[in-house]
Amino acid sequence: MSTLSERILNAPAGEYVDRKVDRAFACDGTGMLALEAWKNMGAGHLADDTEFSIFFDHIAPANNSTAATLQHELRGFAKSSFMNFSDVGGGICHQLMGEGNVLPGEIVIGADSHSVTLGAFGAFATGVGATDMAAIWLTGETWLRVPETIGIRLEGRFAGAAEAKDLALAYVGELGTDGATYQALEFIGDAVKDLSIDERMVLSNLSVEAGAKAGMFYADDVTVRYLRERGHTAKPQIPESCMYSREPEFDLSDIIPLIAVPHRVDTVKPVDELAGLPLDQVFIGTCTNGRYSDMARLARIVKGKKVAVRTIVVPASASVLLQATRTGVLADIIEAGCTVGTPGCGPCLGAHMGVLGEEEVCLSTANRNFKNRMGVGGEIYLSSVATAAASALTGEITTPEVA
Amino acid sequence: MKTGGRAICLPADIDTDVVIAGRYLRTKDKSIWAAHVFEDLDPTLANRLRGAVIVAGKNFGCGSSREQAAVAIREAGVVAVVAPSFARIFFRNAINVGLPLIEADIACDEGSQITFNLAQGMVEVSGKRHAVKTLSPRMQEILGAGGLVEYWRKRR
Ligand code: SF4
Repeated sequence: MSTLSERILNAPAGEYVDRKVDRAFACDGTGMLALEAWKNMGAGHLADDTEFSIFFDHIAPANNSTAATLQHELRGFAKSSFMNFSDVGGGICHQLMGEGNVLPGEIVIGADSHSVTLGAFGAFATGVGATDMAAIWLTGETWLRVPETIGIRLEGRFAGAAEAKDLALAYVGELGTDGATYQALEFIGDAVKDLSIDERMVLSNLSVEAGAKAGMFYADDVTVRYLRERGHTAKPQIPESCMYSREPEFDLSDIIPLIAVPHRVDTVKPVDELAGLPLDQVFIGTCTNGRYSDMARLARIVKGKKVAVRTIVVPASASVLLQATRTGVLADIIEAGCTVGTPGCGPCLGAHMGVLGEEEVCLSTANRNFKNRMGVGGEIYLSSVATAAASALTGEITTPEVA
Repeated sequence: MKTGGRAICLPADIDTDVVIAGRYLRTKDKSIWAAHVFEDLDPTLANRLRGAVIVAGKNFGCGSSREQAAVAIREAGVVAVVAPSFARIFFRNAINVGLPLIEADIACDEGSQITFNLAQGMVEVSGKRHAVKTLSPRMQEILGAGGLVEYWRKRR
């Protein structure tokens, strides 16, 4: 009886295996380094049978001519080697892979730590660094240690203003930043069937903040329907009884709005405890919370009101932006005084826009609040979209009202 | 390959943003990464790392997949990093760029002499030997080649 990782990797936990990679992707930053390693390996042709992609998302558009020159070279490589290529404004790699480009049971490797997001589709998805990616370009394979698995049992339904992000912060808080190192997470239990793909992506996304190698959901009817709408046939994965190293349980009805305070994702507090803390910036977006459902939730809360602090909204992909434009959600957001950036990572990594000044405080819907990440001396608090939206309206940390 | 050096002690949960901040990632110049390694933790550290063995707390290298973190540490002249556990992407990256990692829970005494033998899975601190987890054969091969680039270059 196997865990989902054991099933997909076809070996028991603890074993080292070499496996063919179904899909491999890099972004602008890791892609440049991978290209360097690729050249140094003396490599020539890409491996057959693996789908390769490069997404420009981290520093897109480029912030200066050094970045632009490096991107120009990588763009040329992506095109001449016939990889899938998504240029500036296409969106964040994990989001674009998740828009119907990952299927259950696949092995998906991304040169970015949040590649775990794609475990939401029942794939074994994990992150590697740039040189590993270059070797995958060359061979179409990689070595993996089959991980042990922690079962995260989810029961009940969200109540009040709590959402998937609060649950994600709750489990990272409980496991700690290294609670799942070298292990995979599997999200199981009765509550899963009620979770949308967007919500699953949030939970999978944060798994690496607990050190996990993968954060997986079994494909079910929700997955199959989502993929069918995007032109794919997929089958549900039926869970077997299996051995988990631990099995913490969360009742969704107990989850309350939470915030991760600087500079750790696992130092989590109820929003209530921090209410009133003045903010300099609110940032809504990223591979955690930049999807259409997030934009719609933000719009619902701020519509007809005005934000009291600079609020940067960055849709996770062009299709999110387009949908928000078509439905009028974007107009509500802009009318409320928010500003909207090019789809991509935006201010998340402090590399090109929305950088914080010294002692500035930002409430962000991202997944990392490491010291100086968004700018030297800036402080980052992490929350759900509802908390970020409510706080944008007051200019201070504010508990969201019940939807 | 060097097999020892003097200890520099670092705390637990050192993340890759602390190893090399995002603001230094817009270049391919390794000497810049080396010059700014651990800057947000201690700006004087970069100059003291040549020939040193870092002895850190658990979960070293957590956070992003940025390989520049491992390269910055190597380029600054660090011989090896010892910690009770490493974040897994950092682990792979370090091996791939030829930076030896040693999984061991040892008390750090700043400046003390540390020697290690990766093949035997042994680390010696001020004359006292500790057994450590050995690397998988593949990782030893990659490290032995000087990193994954060299490993593949030799095989082509
Ligand atoms: S949005 Fe942030 S966390 Fe996500 S891939 Fe981009 S930089 Fe990384």
